[in-house]
Amino acid sequence: MAWFKKARKPIAAAPKEKPSRVPEGLWVKCPGCAQIIYNKDLATNLNVCPKCAHHFRVSAFDRLRMLFDGDWVEYDKGLVSTDPLTFTDTKPYKARLKSSIEATGLKDAVIVASGAIDGIDTIVASMEYGFIGGSMGVVVGEKIARAIERAVDTHRPVVIVCSSGGARMMEGALSLMQMAKICGALARLDRARVPYIAVLTDPTTGGVTASFAMLGDLNIAEPKALIGFAGPRVIEQTIRQKLPEGFQRSEFLLDKGMIDLVVDRREMKGVIANAMRFMGATRVQPLPAAIAMPEVELPAEPAPQS
Amino acid sequence: MALENLEFEEPIAVLLKEIEALTLQPRTDARDREIEVLRRRVESVRAELYRSLTPWQRVLVARHPSRPDLEDFIHRLFTNFVEIHGDRRYADDHAIMTGFADYKDRPVLLVGHVKGRDTKEKIYRNFGYARPEGYRKALRAMRLAEKFSRPIIVFVDTPAAYPGIESEERGVAEAIAVNLRDMMMLDTPIVVIVSGEGGSGGALGIAIGDRVLMQEFAIYSVIPPEGCAAILWRDATKKIEAAAALKLTAPDLLHAGIIDEIIGEPIGGAHTDPAAAAKQVDDVLTRMLSDVSALDGETRLALRYDKFRNMGRLGTDFRDEGS
Repeated sequence: MAWFKKARKPIAAAPKEKPSRVPEGLWVKCPGCAQIIYNKDLATNLNVCPKCAHHFRVSAFDRLRMLFDGDWVEYDKGLVSTDPLTFTDTKPYKARLKSSIEATGLKDAVIVASGAIDGIDTIVASMEYGFIGGSMGVVVGEKIARAIERAVDTHRPVVIVCSSGGARMMEGALSLMQMAKICGALARLDRARVPYIAVLTDPTTGGVTASFAMLGDLNIAEPKALIGFAGPRVIEQTIRQKLPEGFQRSEFLLDKGMIDLVVDRREMKGVIANAMRFMGATRVQPLPAAIAMPEVELPAEPAPQS
Repeated sequence: MALENLEFEEPIAVLLKEIEALTLQPRTDARDREIEVLRRRVESVRAELYRSLTPWQRVLVARHPSRPDLEDFIHRLFTNFVEIHGDRRYADDHAIMTGFADYKDRPVLLVGHVKGRDTKEKIYRNFGYARPEGYRKALRAMRLAEKFSRPIIVFVDTPAAYPGIESEERGVAEAIAVNLRDMMMLDTPIVVIVSGEGGSGGALGIAIGDRVLMQEFAIYSVIPPEGCAAILWRDATKKIEAAAALKLTAPDLLHAGIIDEIIGEPIGGAHTDPAAAAKQVDDVLTRMLSDVSALDGETRLALRYDKFRNMGRLGTDFRDEGS
């Protein structure tokens, strides 16, 4: 016989936290300050929390919208991986590719485009973290290498917005070699004295950091972005201790002398344009629509083989 | 010298024990014949095993504690080696060794990882995990070679660049990145030999060259199989599956167009007969070095660029679906 008897009904366990009933995407809770932000306010503020300046991740497409004055021309949109290793882990790589393509509307983890940044005709490569963690395989490597070669040929500055977990494991050593391929192209860009600005956003790690992310004439980071070579977990396993707060964040790298400046997203475009002008890029006056066709040069370039 | 046997070499280990037991007994003609038979059996079992090594078994051979390393090759193939130390910035990294030597009476620069043999040495060499200083030292030494028009020979054998706090603080990513860019433009012949473990960025950081060769049982990978298993399978014990999926063997890399040629190894791996292994390296190295030395600088640099530029082939590794 029990000594104590539950006289009252047990208190019902708290129902599993229901997903907020607030209409999807109307309000966002800031992970930085826990404030509830109206989605439109966030969007008009370039996805930076108006209260605490927490930088939300943004898509490759939105990034282009934030940088370019107006429209842009996209390059090599149709490049897609063939799954060269026929890689399968718990899921076939082909299936991962397919779901990423569906989720992002992109064929791989980078958009390359040219357009005007504060009047300066610029080639921008913008990485999409939502596509298999922004990882770099042959397509990312090829698109960025082509972008840099275009910049060498046409003397247009290059901006690469990094957002990547590193090389893409599912394409094996081929992914690794993209680091060498892009750095080779950057060597030519460097010799040609064409400006290159690397923008490091959260997160930039692994093979991307150990190649083009660190080779800008200017390496600019967004606040509090995770930037490093080895991931924090790998380091913790190696040294068997917890890493200090803020380790591998932008401000840490700035303090260690590894990046040139940390810039708030809302000022990023202005800083980039300024830097490009320092590096000799000149503003092409926005021309009337009828002749505003910098792409007339394009057919002169080696046409992509198909 | 008794060599450590790998787990899949158990059948060989059993035979070797039998032989050892027989040799301890008084010698008779019959017993000698028996030993001879067993020895031949060891050879044939070994040949059988090594003819069809799985990718994971190759990983084990590539990491064999007695695998010939840079110091072995220096000893067997080069003369007058003089080590040069330090990056003139911060420290001397012991996981990467650089120095000049004569190769067939011709001065060359040697660069390579060293893992160390015994425990004390392994700690000194940080198990072949280089810190930023190692990559910066390598580039400094390579610039020296460029300045005096000496060819560079690189031996790659590292698990990875060192993933530690000080490595990050001092910019290991930047050090590797700068090497990738600047080695592409070094105006002197560079021949790279992946002789053991080609561990991702830590390997690539000194592995840009006019020729990239691989010893038969070496591996070259974007991530160690254990790490890949932990991330993609969320289970580090899936390393055998990961090793197969990553296509990290020499034949795989040749097929992918990443390496130029495979350097054969003695049956049973380079560690079973380091002299023969060195001879095979020697033959290929001599040929490759004379090939790339015959080119004028501009052509060589253009070809080096194209070599890496073409990794990831249209129609094979990716396709263009248009817009």
